[in-house]
Amino acid sequence: MSFFSFGQSADIDVVLNDAETRKKAEHKTEDGKKDKYFLFYDGETVSGKVNVTLKNPGKRLEHQGIKIEFVGQIELYYDRGNHHEFVSLVKDLARPGEMTQSQTFDFEFTHVEKPYESYTGQNVKLRYFLRATVIRRLNDISKEMDIVVHTLSTYPELNSSIKMEVGIEDCLHIEFEYNKSKYHLKDVIVGKIYFLLVRIKIKHMEIDIIKRETTGTGPSVYHENDTIAKYEIMDGAPVRGESIPIRLFLAGYDLTPTMRDINKKFSVRYYLNLVLIDEEERRYFKQQEITLWRKGDVVRKSMSHQAAIASQRFEGSAASESALEQAAKEESG
Amino acid sequence: MTEPTVADTRRLHSKPQDLNDAYGPPSNFLEIDVYDPQIVGVGRHRYTTYEVRMRTNLPIFKLKDSCVRRRYSDFEWLKNELERDSKIVVPTLPGKALKRQLPFRGDEGLFEEGFIEERRSGLEQFINKIAGHPLAQNERCLHMFLQEESIDRNYIPGKV
Repeated sequence: MSFFSFGQSADIDVVLNDAETRKKAEHKTEDGKKDKYFLFYDGETVSGKVNVTLKNPGKRLEHQGIKIEFVGQIELYYDRGNHHEFVSLVKDLARPGEMTQSQTFDFEFTHVEKPYESYTGQNVKLRYFLRATVIRRLNDISKEMDIVVHTLSTYPELNSSIKMEVGIEDCLHIEFEYNKSKYHLKDVIVGKIYFLLVRIKIKHMEIDIIKRETTGTGPSVYHENDTIAKYEIMDGAPVRGESIPIRLFLAGYDLTPTMRDINKKFSVRYYLNLVLIDEEERRYFKQQEITLWRKGDVVRKSMSHQAAIASQRFEGSAASESALEQAAKEESG
Repeated sequence: MTEPTVADTRRLHSKPQDLNDAYGPPSNFLEIDVYDPQIVGVGRHRYTTYEVRMRTNLPIFKLKDSCVRRRYSDFEWLKNELERDSKIVVPTLPGKALKRQLPFRGDEGLFEEGFIEERRSGLEQFINKIAGHPLAQNERCLHMFLQEESIDRNYIPGKV
């Protein structure tokens, strides 16, 4: 987003130093469109240049200072005025004075903490951006550049399966099992439904993925449920002793990692909803929460020091510690 | 970091199914037929009754094969009992057709063949929907409606 007022005397823009090499990631905007942004991880340095270009090269530009900020903030849609900043860094680029010609300023935010993943939801948005500002008496000249942050995790040490027997007394008893309780975003849900007792006339069975976005605290908590996926796993009437397999590939769906109580402002949680539908369209369902996490890309032998810090922050596993060692060795060697 | 590049999508182990379960009669057999409309009574005090036959193997029903005669107002009674006592959303009955009860109609009114067939079909759908509902199956009024010779309107409502 950039501010352009009538008769603005200068343009300001921000260019990253590693714009050629840094990966971009797709991220949904508030109105549902998908756009690409530079992708950063926790701990990475954000460095670049701010170009202030005078529109009329002869004319002087008076200003009260030039600065660049790195901001991470949470915005609740029902309370737009209040932005909750959880990261706020600033670098002064120029003291108050005059500019007689276009100038470029270097900046570097070293090893910036980016504790949460970027998220654009139904009622809340978490975003990171750089904002360069030429401060003036009446109108600031400002430019924002959004970036996207992904939070990575490694394979959890504990990942038990979910296995449960549920039913309605004397009518329907099933045992369902999902192979894990924590799945990464490109994982496969492997499971099965075993019928112990079937005294109702089942027509078909499906498994849904439900995303629940929770905003607000205390009495004003608001849950927004969204069915991300509906996947039929059985068509027809089962009988006792029958096992129905489940194999649901998550990569095909628009999912984010599970986000719990982010900065005490919002949560995004995922549930598997097993639904049986009988011949009279009655629905019998059982909901079960699963944890979704984001796996880093294939780890190359030489991992940049910054990304090694990033992965260690999450599940300090032996793997990422050795990657850190390896990276340290490479840097010194 | 050695991670598998191909996800393990093998099925989870399941118990083999007993062949008696696989090929035996299903445990959810329940069929209710509403048929054989008969006009009872004379003149202005006539009404139609229907045969309600239930065949089932659900253990909750005492009789596996029962046959009773019911009229439209009996179905209404059942609907009201369930609406009051059970937590289910009771399906709709075919209409009361009050207009058909007025005199000086060109046709047979309540006893017109087409109307009776329409009503019979609606009543059949209604009773099948309810009888298959797990939360209605333990209501005493449903059992009395389906399996007792006559409906005792002074019964004590409750669960089976």
